[in-house]
Amino acid sequence: MTEKYEIHEHDVLIIGAGGAGLRAAIEALAEGASVGVVCKSLLGKAHTVMAEGGIAAAMANVDASDDWRTHFRDTMRGGKFLNNWRMAQLHAQEAPERVRELEQWGALFDRTADGNILQRAFGGHTFKRLCHVGDRTGLEMIRTLQDRGVHLGIDVYMECAITRLLKDGERVAGAFGYWRENGRFVVFRAKSVVIATGGIGKAWRITSNSWEYTGDGMALAFDAGAELMDMEFVQFHPTGMVWPPGVQGILVTEAVRGEGGVLRNKDGERFMERYDPERMDLSTRDVVARAIYTEAKEGRGTEHGGAYLDISHKPPEYVKKKLPSMYHQFRELADVDITKGPMEVGPTCHYMMGGIRVDAETAQANVPGMFAAGEAAAGLHGANRLGGNSLSDLLVFGRRAGQAAAEHAKQTETPKLDDAQVEEATREMLEPFERRDGDSPYDVHRDLQETMQNYVGIFRREEDLKQGLAEIQGLKDRAGRVHVDGSRLFNPGWHLARDLKSLLTVSEAVALSALERQESRGAHSRIDFPQYDEKWSKLNNIISRDGDGMRLRHAPIAEMPSDLCVILEKKK
Amino acid sequence: MPDATFKIFRGDRDGGELYEYKVPIAPGMVVLDALHYIQAHDAPDLAVRWNCKAGKCGSCSAEVNGRPRLTCKTRLDALPLDQPITVQPMKSFPVLKDLVTDVSWNYRVNKKIPPFTPRPNVEWKMDQREVDRVQEFRKCIECFLCQNVCHVLRDHEKQEQFGGPRFFVRIAGLEMHPLDGLSRTELLKEELGIGLCNITKCCTEVCPEDIHITDNAIIPLKERVVDDFYDPVRWFLRKLSGKKH
Repeated sequence: MTEKYEIHEHDVLIIGAGGAGLRAAIEALAEGASVGVVCKSLLGKAHTVMAEGGIAAAMANVDASDDWRTHFRDTMRGGKFLNNWRMAQLHAQEAPERVRELEQWGALFDRTADGNILQRAFGGHTFKRLCHVGDRTGLEMIRTLQDRGVHLGIDVYMECAITRLLKDGERVAGAFGYWRENGRFVVFRAKSVVIATGGIGKAWRITSNSWEYTGDGMALAFDAGAELMDMEFVQFHPTGMVWPPGVQGILVTEAVRGEGGVLRNKDGERFMERYDPERMDLSTRDVVARAIYTEAKEGRGTEHGGAYLDISHKPPEYVKKKLPSMYHQFRELADVDITKGPMEVGPTCHYMMGGIRVDAETAQANVPGMFAAGEAAAGLHGANRLGGNSLSDLLVFGRRAGQAAAEHAKQTETPKLDDAQVEEATREMLEPFERRDGDSPYDVHRDLQETMQNYVGIFRREEDLKQGLAEIQGLKDRAGRVHVDGSRLFNPGWHLARDLKSLLTVSEAVALSALERQESRGAHSRIDFPQYDEKWSKLNNIISRDGDGMRLRHAPIAEMPSDLCVILEKKK
Repeated sequence: MPDATFKIFRGDRDGGELYEYKVPIAPGMVVLDALHYIQAHDAPDLAVRWNCKAGKCGSCSAEVNGRPRLTCKTRLDALPLDQPITVQPMKSFPVLKDLVTDVSWNYRVNKKIPPFTPRPNVEWKMDQREVDRVQEFRKCIECFLCQNVCHVLRDHEKQEQFGGPRFFVRIAGLEMHPLDGLSRTELLKEELGIGLCNITKCCTEVCPEDIHITDNAIIPLKERVVDDFYDPVRWFLRKLSGKKH
């Protein structure tokens, strides 16, 4: 039967070609594995390309006192101690080497006067720590990784979407998907699968994320038996564009504040004094996002319901040099010259701290042969991610996932493909064409985004979350009955019909976890439980599949070893 | 707000035609917003590539009123709205469907380019001024608009003999990297046909990143090729040492 399908075989199949997927691919190749990388878009267009501010790594090029311990401490404090401490430790220790490696593969960072990699200040980082290229660090990173990977010989399957992970008994056996171009189905057989699919931002109406970020990897993993962790922790970046309507949510880099930009309300007040007088504009993202939201809600917002962010006190040439893409973005899309006046900004859904639960050292999930890295994996960032820690996360854990996936492939036999699973996956994809009525997938998506924006947003409370969960159930019914027009040839409506399923799985997991955690911590703010609760400081919410439903359990966080406890206790 | 009228190419490899759609205008609206409106209301299967919607990823290239543009950065208020706005796929690449073209040729060209190769025992220090020059080339978002307008590709279809502006920019970024130790002039001359470029600067005009493709990348590379292959002394020295410049 499977002969009917185009089949590709690899030791390691990587789903997603952003920073984590490409770094994993490079490492798996170096280990001698045959590697396939599948991505929904063209190579080089993944969200990594839109990362702006920089890569956090304690290189100590600018502030000589920086070291991994301080980076570790900052990351844990930023994550409100819910982080997987071992991941935070590995990340802080290995990030500088991963940055040097990028440079040796051709990345060109901005320089210090003595010729080293320049580092800038960012929210929650004690020292100037972000290695950067103006405000287009992600582009530099993805191009470097992409060229390195292609040169080494990875096979890239572009514009190919995975809709199901295939299993051989308990272990992963590969994946099933379709080519966007022609709608034909394709099967991948692999001993190891690395999930590097990024986040879930497309579940919200105001988002910095592109069409790709529909939680595919997390939902695929969940369906295949993996556990999802910390799903209540969704980062709303404090500064997205708010006007005009078409650009609402597009990211305004934190580097604006890193380079000296200040936030003000409509009365000209530097309101961050009231929320975090010590760190002010460079407080952590959870705090700044809530502050801007609160100012607007209490009537002190700008014309379009945001805050002012101003860098125009710096010399125009400096602004254009350090923030070139912000300068162009505002000039061309909002008719604002940021060297002359303030930007209007407001919170936008940006990043998922939660995701697939993995082992810190190997990035392996609880399903044999399944690995996850980057935004799709949980653990490193705890309850709130610091800016700049995402790009370093991709490098550190992308490499670890690639290494472990290749190692796993060496030690296992080629898995068997199960025709029944492939048949089932095919049937599921073709169903929407057979329906005569039913909603448009675009309408269901719009309603889901409204639901998440209104009931599972920055501030949460029990009745809203329950309402959100009820609406998600209704949307699941509608999504199961959507109707698709047109052919299988590059058909975005059809693609969205499948993406809705993933979006609804992750949305439900977010709302369920948010309802369960009766406290406020990091990015999770409960109006009805505004304080930290000591009980919750030692617990992760874990979600797994239970029949057709979701099961939620609490898992205690492992005790931190004493040497790390000592680091955390230090003042500076 | 009044409606804008769009005429959008719908079709595939076998041909197609312009279809008309009406879209309500919103403040600050860009062409990509209109395409999304049409997908959600009239044509759910309208094929469009896009990602960042902020001019950073280079996915949404098309020809708007005959001009190659990123649709995410093309404001409706900059277009004459008393007549229909035509949106067509990039002409130099084969149509897959509607506004989506087959750009895989670009990825094949890229594979021919030897990667960054640091000089042996190099010290990893660089001056910002040296880096500035190369960072200009590394701003490229691979929208392929320069490839789309280049006469050598668009009119003369010399895809097999010519690399195109995008890849001259990429090679300039490697050749001028302060620590790179490899020469790619032979590749430029033989396989990527840089001599075919007659510096009409069409590529530079359409670059959404304002890279001075012709002046800063192509001309200096042409000079390097001339130095290496047509200067008899340099040619002889190169043969002797097997090294660059």
